[in-house]
Amino acid sequence: MVKAATSLGRTGLQDWLIQRVSAVILAVYIIFIFITILRHAPLHYSAWKIVFSSHLMKGIALLALLSLITHAWIGMWTITTDYLKNAMVRLLVQLLFFLALVGDLFWGACIIWGT
Amino acid sequence: MRFPVTAWVSILHRLSGAFVFLLIPGVLWLLQESLASETRFLSLQKTLGHPAWKMFIWLIFSAIVYHSAAGIRHLGMDLHWGDSKKAARASAWIVLSLSFSLILWGTYKIW
Repeated sequence: MVKAATSLGRTGLQDWLIQRVSAVILAVYIIFIFITILRHAPLHYSAWKIVFSSHLMKGIALLALLSLITHAWIGMWTITTDYLKNAMVRLLVQLLFFLALVGDLFWGACIIWGT
Repeated sequence: MRFPVTAWVSILHRLSGAFVFLLIPGVLWLLQESLASETRFLSLQKTLGHPAWKMFIWLIFSAIVYHSAAGIRHLGMDLHWGDSKKAARASAWIVLSLSFSLILWGTYKIW
């Protein structure tokens, strides 16, 4: 039986797990970025660019971006499901958030890839 | 109505998360401008010297710091690490004071 047609995973447990895995990836990446900025302060373009230039670093950045987008979707899905009781309003808001996140993902991937 | 500290930590986790979601385009714009070229990097640095932009950086920083601190606490609880009522209260205070200190330090660094 489909209980939540708009959730990312097929079950709540799947969403729960995706949310935790993406959280760990994001926590590690955010700490890494903070340390990079602090270590090189005042930050120069050359030092900043290196963080996104190799294939490995681009891959890691893309993984972080994908984690951010899925994490944000599950989070916003949970919030809208909790507070928006009117189905029509909820679906419209979720559609809006979904489109925004797809746009963010595409834009972010272009930035990371284009560097 | 008076909420326990754990409820505050939880609702702030939601609020800061929704806030980070709204700020994603801004963060992506920063990333784009900082990586495009050395010229754009330098002009971005100049732009960020403006008080309104400093405020924006401060908001992003604060929201991410708080959301991460509360999130790490949340992950710990999933592992049943400190999920007694007493420990949950203690860790809620740790999250609040740790993120407050980090935000204070960030405020000093940004201005």
